[in-house]
Amino acid sequence: MQTSSNTAPIDLSVQEVSKHYTNFTAVNRLSLDVPKGSFFSILGPSGCGKTTLLRMIAGFITPDEGDIVIGGKSMRNVAPNRRPVNMVFQHLALFPMMSVGENVGYGLARRGLTKGEISKKADAMLERVGLPGIAGKRIDQLSGGQKQRVAIARSLVLEPTLLLLDEPLGALDLKLREHMKLELKQLQNEVGTTFVYITHDQSEALVMSDRVAVMNKGQFEQVGTPQELYYHPKTAFVAGFVGNSNRLEGVLTNAAEGKTASGLTLALTPTQPASSGATSMFIRPETIALSRQETEIASFANRLPCKVETLFFDGANSTVQVKEVATGTQLHVALPHTGQHSDLVPGETVFIGIRAEHVQAFQG
Amino acid sequence: MNTLTPKRLTLYLLLAPAILWLLLLIILPHVGMGMISFRERIGPGEFAGSLKQYRTFFEEPLYWNTFVRTAVMSLIATIMALVMAFPVAWTIAKVAKGRLKALMLAATLLPFWASELVRTLGWLILLRGSGVIPQFLAFIGVTDQPVELLYHDATILVGLIYSSLLFMLVPLINALETLDDSLIEAAYDLGGNRLNILRKIIIPHAAPGIAAGSIMVFMLTLGNYLTPVVLGGKSSMWFTEQIYTQFITRFNWEQGAAFAFLLLGLSSVLVWLGLKITGQRFADAMRRT
Repeated sequence: MQTSSNTAPIDLSVQEVSKHYTNFTAVNRLSLDVPKGSFFSILGPSGCGKTTLLRMIAGFITPDEGDIVIGGKSMRNVAPNRRPVNMVFQHLALFPMMSVGENVGYGLARRGLTKGEISKKADAMLERVGLPGIAGKRIDQLSGGQKQRVAIARSLVLEPTLLLLDEPLGALDLKLREHMKLELKQLQNEVGTTFVYITHDQSEALVMSDRVAVMNKGQFEQVGTPQELYYHPKTAFVAGFVGNSNRLEGVLTNAAEGKTASGLTLALTPTQPASSGATSMFIRPETIALSRQETEIASFANRLPCKVETLFFDGANSTVQVKEVATGTQLHVALPHTGQHSDLVPGETVFIGIRAEHVQAFQG
Repeated sequence: MNTLTPKRLTLYLLLAPAILWLLLLIILPHVGMGMISFRERIGPGEFAGSLKQYRTFFEEPLYWNTFVRTAVMSLIATIMALVMAFPVAWTIAKVAKGRLKALMLAATLLPFWASELVRTLGWLILLRGSGVIPQFLAFIGVTDQPVELLYHDATILVGLIYSSLLFMLVPLINALETLDDSLIEAAYDLGGNRLNILRKIIIPHAAPGIAAGSIMVFMLTLGNYLTPVVLGGKSSMWFTEQIYTQFITRFNWEQGAAFAFLLLGLSSVLVWLGLKITGQRFADAMRRT
């Protein structure tokens, strides 16, 4: 997955780029390298500057400082229609006044190809995205998923160095979105084009990407593989934004122990060397062991008797909200997928165990 | 079984003013006019059915020429209004934001608060021999002495375009406002240049608005009486003038009615032809007006 990043040439290099607006800085001295053939996601909440960054790469916005290098060439003063970059827009922006074939052929026609070449290439591309023989259809005759694929085909047919995707799955319903996630990843694998994908949906970023940059307030909090971000977040923001977590605010009492605001003492692993000060502690629901017998959790550093408050049944994502008996601290605990403990009832006493390395503490 | 439910009754009552208006002011006079146009006065108070009025039109070159001239000039005025209104509509719909947009829209509407007569007389003040513009041109030395700028075909065109520009502008603004900016960006991203995007994206999207505006302007221009008479004077040769002359001066209602029907036919045919050539549907265009 990541092996190519050391050897593959860099397709996109963003160098110390900033964009300032009157009242705020959208992108702040940001640098980034994307190796050829990889699927790179920029993940962040709305307003974090990810759209501004993407539009700067596409050329619709000019950076105030820094440079963007695509395929080894500086993009300074290069207009969007002259960049080796194509973009799949948030609402796809398919041309309703043209047929599917004309949409896919639009870019080719601008390059001066003959009619025969255009229709041959467009048909081949449509077949590649799994839509053979629909070139003659109107855009409004397509389903949401088909439109998605036509939009991608329209860009990929130009064989860009870089394909930018601006939350293209946002408008789809959940089932289709799940499906398109896998399809998009597969397509990227097949065509080998470098994808830069922006999204606020962490699941999209984790499932599809080789590498993910978590963006907040115009800067990257952390850049890494999905696994790195999930298991070893570097900042409290990443820990809170990627995946679900129990977040507890408190203070460090020593290098390996913290006390929450509610008075609960937890053995923990600090991510920065510190033995005092305010801290945010993150515990993933699925790292918490749950048992009806206290003896079963004897090996855990943190052993807490709890009362069951609410059950949230959601198939494989079922959780239970428990309340620590002594301090009243509320925690979400994932239920085992085996169906064990599916018979818990509110008010029941259970024991939870948490390893010290699963309590990640961030200074803040 | 034909019971009048309260809901139906409400519908009929709400439609009544519109139906009455159509019937009394549009259909009835036209039926009357049609009947008048197909008769001939054979003696005092005596009439007989005849096609003489229509024959006169085709046999008399003056009428025929005036007719063609009116159509051609209206067509030119429509095209020029479209060309002039498009950039303005684009600016208002896509470039201007917030207060500036409201201000620009108000600025285009404001002149129409004054009556057409007053606006046309305004041109008179500007263009007549002793008017503002000829005096100024003479003053800065462009012409030796003030020249008469009235009573030219160009003057008529200026007046016609001026008085109908708004009717082109409003449907165009409406059409352009519904154009999603990301379509333009997408086309640009895919390698399109300005001219190509205008041709392939913007104009096809705005086509119903363009058709609506053009129909409005063409109809208004073709049927305009005041502007050609005031700005063109005696030499204006506008077809509505012929109708007026027949009805009022000559007191030949039969001939006037026939001319009126010919004008109606001409405008209908030209509008139909225009829609056919540009591949637009009448209903689409009418929704944009």
